[in-house]
Amino acid sequence: MTSNLPALVIIVPLLASLVAAGAGWFNRKAPFYIAVIALLISFISSVLLLAQVVATGVAIEYQMAGWPAPVGIVYVIDHLSAMVLVVITFVAFVNLIGNRQAVETEFKNKEGAFNALYVLFTAGLVGMTATGDAFNLYVLLEIASLSGYALIGLGSSRAPLATLNYLFLGTIGATFYLLGVGYLYIATGSLNMADLATIIPSMMNSSTILFAFIICLTGLLVKMAIFPVHGWLPGAYSESSTVSAGLIAPLTTKVTIYIMVRICLTLFTPEYTFGYIDPTDIMVAIAVASIIFGSLSALAQKDFKRMLSYIIIAEVGYMVGGFFLGNRMGVSGAILHIVNDAAMTLALFMAAGIFIWKTGDEKQSSLKGLYAKMPFTMAGFTLAALSVVGVPPTCGFFSKWYLISGGIAAGQYLFVGALIFSSLINAVLFFRIFEIALFEPFKSHHHAGDEEDKVESHHGETIVDPGVIESAQQYSGSDSHDHGAIVIKEPPLPMLVPFLGVCVLLLILGLYSGSIVNNIIHFAIPAGII
Amino acid sequence: MELFSFIVAKADYWAYVILMMVGLYALIAKNNLVKKIVGMTIFQTAIILFYVSIGYKKGATIPILHHGSDHGGEALAAHGAHAAAHGTQEVAEQAAHAVAHAGEAAVKAMDYINPLPHVLMLTAIVVGVATLGVALALAMKVYKEYGTLEEDEINQQLRNG
Repeated sequence: MTSNLPALVIIVPLLASLVAAGAGWFNRKAPFYIAVIALLISFISSVLLLAQVVATGVAIEYQMAGWPAPVGIVYVIDHLSAMVLVVITFVAFVNLIGNRQAVETEFKNKEGAFNALYVLFTAGLVGMTATGDAFNLYVLLEIASLSGYALIGLGSSRAPLATLNYLFLGTIGATFYLLGVGYLYIATGSLNMADLATIIPSMMNSSTILFAFIICLTGLLVKMAIFPVHGWLPGAYSESSTVSAGLIAPLTTKVTIYIMVRICLTLFTPEYTFGYIDPTDIMVAIAVASIIFGSLSALAQKDFKRMLSYIIIAEVGYMVGGFFLGNRMGVSGAILHIVNDAAMTLALFMAAGIFIWKTGDEKQSSLKGLYAKMPFTMAGFTLAALSVVGVPPTCGFFSKWYLISGGIAAGQYLFVGALIFSSLINAVLFFRIFEIALFEPFKSHHHAGDEEDKVESHHGETIVDPGVIESAQQYSGSDSHDHGAIVIKEPPLPMLVPFLGVCVLLLILGLYSGSIVNNIIHFAIPAGII
Repeated sequence: MELFSFIVAKADYWAYVILMMVGLYALIAKNNLVKKIVGMTIFQTAIILFYVSIGYKKGATIPILHHGSDHGGEALAAHGAHAAAHGTQEVAEQAAHAVAHAGEAAVKAMDYINPLPHVLMLTAIVVGVATLGVALALAMKVYKEYGTLEEDEINQQLRNG
């Protein structure tokens, strides 16, 4: 059983997606539970794998169907991939259980399709992370992308157009990667990453390898939505339903960055990436542009989810820049930020989900007075926001600290400046929301909210359950009596508890970031990087 | 003349690059969503043709060993070489016939095309078809929403609210 864990991590969600799609025909509730169980098994398997890797310090190599390495496809679980596996399966699991009610209303009569796609997307990402084969990575990348397109396309009425733009750019990115793999195969005759890593150092000067490197990297940069090719991201993420956004936004860009790290370090070897090509200057410049552009655009947004999407573009810049600094501090910061940013983005999108669920619209102005109405949710949201800004005990501070130290060590002061600038902008962004939610009176929003709530509730079940009205009348007479419409209060516990759990996790990740770096990330970075 | 031989020697690469650029152009510059989707398919097909061309060798045949299982490992070494010697245009039966009489010749990798890129492309073709399907489904939803597939008209509608 334990020896087959690397296969279980991916096969369980892959099969569950088939079963969930079929089960949707017979039972409306079943697909959800199938998805939850599959993701839970996958999550537990990845935690066990991480524990095993950390305990033994040796990477696990799993041969699919028993074919040995250069011929067959191997799955390699080392410190880095085990950690990212835990992140992926955790985000997918928590986001799904935290949004059960939203799934039931938003995807009424599409439960089978939605849950199947959700699990299939996770399976694709998990496979991308675990695989040790360059071509298998492409296939899984497309599995994840295609299910991602479908998930986003199920969103608002504007979603299909945004998704189509995403699909075009995503396909360009993936196809470029495929082309790069083709050139690698021409030059080396191998597709196995470990095998390639032993061949490439002997052919440093080959222009075919150089072309393969550039094309692969370009494809991945398109996929991760860095500045000049970011166009698809804000539309796709803000038009999709919040459940899908809560899955896709924390994971797609982060896993693509992981793939970039994997390709640059494991496949092309650090001697080639940083020693021979040395792309530090140009890549950090792109990252700086991405950070500044993302932050400034976020400042201009009125829509909450769209603002978060632009913050993601800035965060991609953090990680790409940090990685290409090429020193141990910078790379550690980038890898730590993969974990932290996934958790922060998850928390923020879950918060967005609760706001939209409760207020029925996505404008920042509709958050008025929410601190008084849902104190626990807002406490969690505040924690997540402070983490994005980078306030010390939260995890966002620590990865930024590593990134800034790395930037100073590498002499990339522009990057350091961009990080600090972006933190300031984030502070402005979130304090603006704090101000709206804390000081603006709740009443004025209530009228505006009415219409939206009705729109929302004709999807199916009404949002108000009797208990809500009853308790609301007990403690807030004036507001609810005036309008007699939807009462804004804390979301139901199954929604609130996972959200608060993620928010507390942000603190825990921050407090234990030292041990994450020393016990996991330290071993994930090859010794050649100082 | 040098330029000519430079182009001819790498004709397959030129062909795929040109196809790829045609696809990329349509994908970026066309206004109609279906034309963009067509461009995307051309773009993907260019890469598929590139892979297929790198697996091909002049004068080589498909990598199937006839009677391979009869005599176990030893027999495996006894086939193949002569099939290629008859030239590229030989039909399969003739090649098989030749192999059956080859007897003592050893297996040479030179005589076979590399099947791996072709097998990889089976997967890529499936991926391409799936992408095309999703793209067309999305285009249908866009058409239902806006009543048009022209991007500028859709943007016009979006601007007007």
